[in-house]
Amino acid sequence: MNQNEFIQLITPFKDKLFRLAKRMLVSKEEAEDATQEVLVRLWNKNSSLEQYNSLEALAITMTKNYCLDQLKSKRASNLQIVHNNYQDRQASVETQIEHQNTLQWIEKLVNNLPEQQRLIVQLREIEEYEFSKIAQVLEMNETAVRVALSRARKTLREQIEKVHNYGTQVS
Amino acid sequence: MELKLVEQLLEKYFQGETTIAEEKQLKAYFSSNDVAPHLARYHALFGYFETQKVKQFEQKLPLQHRKQRTVKWIGIVASFVVLFGLASFYFYSYEPKYEDLGTYNSPEDAFAATQKALLMVSEQVNIGMESVVYLEEYEKTKKTIFKSKK
Repeated sequence: MNQNEFIQLITPFKDKLFRLAKRMLVSKEEAEDATQEVLVRLWNKNSSLEQYNSLEALAITMTKNYCLDQLKSKRASNLQIVHNNYQDRQASVETQIEHQNTLQWIEKLVNNLPEQQRLIVQLREIEEYEFSKIAQVLEMNETAVRVALSRARKTLREQIEKVHNYGTQVS
Repeated sequence: MELKLVEQLLEKYFQGETTIAEEKQLKAYFSSNDVAPHLARYHALFGYFETQKVKQFEQKLPLQHRKQRTVKWIGIVASFVVLFGLASFYFYSYEPKYEDLGTYNSPEDAFAATQKALLMVSEQVNIGMESVVYLEEYEKTKKTIFKSKK
């Protein structure tokens, strides 16, 4: 396989890899690095690529693993602080709504979900994968995917309702 | 789409039971302009997912990596070969050689041969000593100088 053939093969899904990495790592630069790394690894596998029946599934799985590794090593190092800072900013959810940054606010809600739910939300809501495919690339079973997805959606709903009902309900 | 249907779909959606097609219906409904007021709060959620589909990876791919890697390996391997070469060269050249030099059977012969060898050594030493004879001259002069000082 030469470079052009390889690039043609990856073009249909390389943006998906990037979006998934972005979802997991949040920073654009890190997501770009991750995508690049995964694609280069794929390229280096070159000769053995034919034996996989879905290159896209393989690439998504690799991206997932790479991002989880990155997050793990981040947590192990002092970057934890960065993450804390990041979470601290979430505190003023109401202020953000006042500023009409609803989309950004939703993004933060999504990015605050646990890693696995984030992966599933990304693949389902944005890439619109079938459950069977999500199960395949995440190496889980379908029921677990459904349960996690439902949990993630309900968490999002709860948080949206909480803000929506803010000040209108006495609890 | 009927409001009732939307509400049903939404409930299914939160249970994780909708199909891709149904989710597309929901997304279409929420992106339209006439969303029922009590559902308007989900507008942003579905709207957000739609905005996320367009992000693209624009970086160039450094695919020549593979070549660079082999070059790097060649360097590493070459330096190891040189290192081992040098190490083995020094190691073997310092190793003492146990060659069979022959031996004498009678003690007299051995004594004579040893004497001859030692004589040869002392001759060589004497050649060296001849050049040191000058020092004697120096020694003499030194003595006279120190004596005269006294």
